[in-house]
Amino acid sequence: MIPGAFEYHRPESVGAAVKLLAELGEESRVIAGGHSLIPMMKLRMADLSHLIDLQKIDDLKGIRIEGGRITIGAMTTQHELITNAALQDAAPILREAALQIADPQVRYVGTLGGNVANGDPGNDMPGLMQCLDASFTLVGPDGERQVAARDFYEAAYFTARADEEILTAVSFDAPQGGYAYEKQKRKIGDYATAAAAVLIARDGDRCTAASIAMTNLADTPTYSAEAGAALVGSGLDDEAVKAAVTAALSAIEPAEDNRGPVEFKMHVAGVILRRAIDRAWSRA
Amino acid sequence: MAKTHLKMTVNGQAVETLAEPRELLIHVLREKLGIKGPHIGCETSHCGACTVDMDGKSVKACTVFAAQADGADVTTIEGLGGPDNLHVLQEMFREHHGLQCGYCTPGMITRAHRLLQENPNPSEEEVRFGMAGNLCRCTGYQNIVKAILAAAAEMAAAKEAAQ
Repeated sequence: MIPGAFEYHRPESVGAAVKLLAELGEESRVIAGGHSLIPMMKLRMADLSHLIDLQKIDDLKGIRIEGGRITIGAMTTQHELITNAALQDAAPILREAALQIADPQVRYVGTLGGNVANGDPGNDMPGLMQCLDASFTLVGPDGERQVAARDFYEAAYFTARADEEILTAVSFDAPQGGYAYEKQKRKIGDYATAAAAVLIARDGDRCTAASIAMTNLADTPTYSAEAGAALVGSGLDDEAVKAAVTAALSAIEPAEDNRGPVEFKMHVAGVILRRAIDRAWSRA
Repeated sequence: MAKTHLKMTVNGQAVETLAEPRELLIHVLREKLGIKGPHIGCETSHCGACTVDMDGKSVKACTVFAAQADGADVTTIEGLGGPDNLHVLQEMFREHHGLQCGYCTPGMITRAHRLLQENPNPSEEEVRFGMAGNLCRCTGYQNIVKAILAAAAEMAAAKEAAQ
């Protein structure tokens, strides 16, 4: 399990990393926690001449909460998302989701930036970021730009990020109301058979806003505006929930794999989404 | 490919070695430094037999490149205790029969050590959740969990006695 040979670089600023990426070209890749990339390199499904390690770049680390806006550096680990008290206060759905990713050892090194930038449909954070309507900061040779999480994912492993860009941060408004990240997996460490991120705001008995996205049920995470809209204005009666689930299921396109056939995944997706909606509503 | 000069602290000792950047930390520890406590189980980041402590985090040494570990502070099972001075976790694994073949044990204990550093008084559920990255094919986990809970109690008692 030895990967192909590569040259290793450890720049100390985003500018230096971007410069290296541009100079070294398509045979180079940045590495964050490496827990997606290293296994692929060991299997020789990824073969790179240069690895640009981001671990020494302090600007990519940390969680800032200012005026209701949360900004998280790309190199922030899942473990840090779980243990950060201010984030738990401002956006507890991050912790709930991060705790369901992989296992403790992987969460110590796995990063938010790697999870969202990789474009693996199995990753949990992309669906959550779409649910939160997060924005991704990309830095390249021509400067910085923002791309909405809902516009970022094009196909499995294909995203709006250009090869010479680095995803440096994720930002979103602190969510209001109830939340849930619900995930069905075969065992600890597995990707989701189905997972759902749900945010619901309520005023008395009425739902005033809802956001719903699903994980690992298509080539990309699947945000469904229709599913959220089906809940708004309702009291989350059975009919409204059924309409939301139907809308979300019509947006997904699961593929048969070792987690089960399509019919099974559609069924599990419905069950998981219903549970997520119930939990989010009970917390709203 | 040119080798790079790695400097690490391993079990409190400053060490230096040459390695290709692509070499995995587990291979550097075992083959270059002769530290054979961390085992190679699956080599695919699933089983946790290669778990070591790196800069205060439990990591799977099969999924860290040597070059990434340059400058790191690494602790392996050898750094926790030895035959003449067993760590309380090692004592409790022996006491509660927390191992059968023993292959997963160094990773289990190294991981449990970090878990108890972060949460000195865990519930059974917290132990099971915190140990979820380590697989054992012999024990059914029952006695591993017992051993870790017993070690937590021993450590708490020792701390209290010291005060």
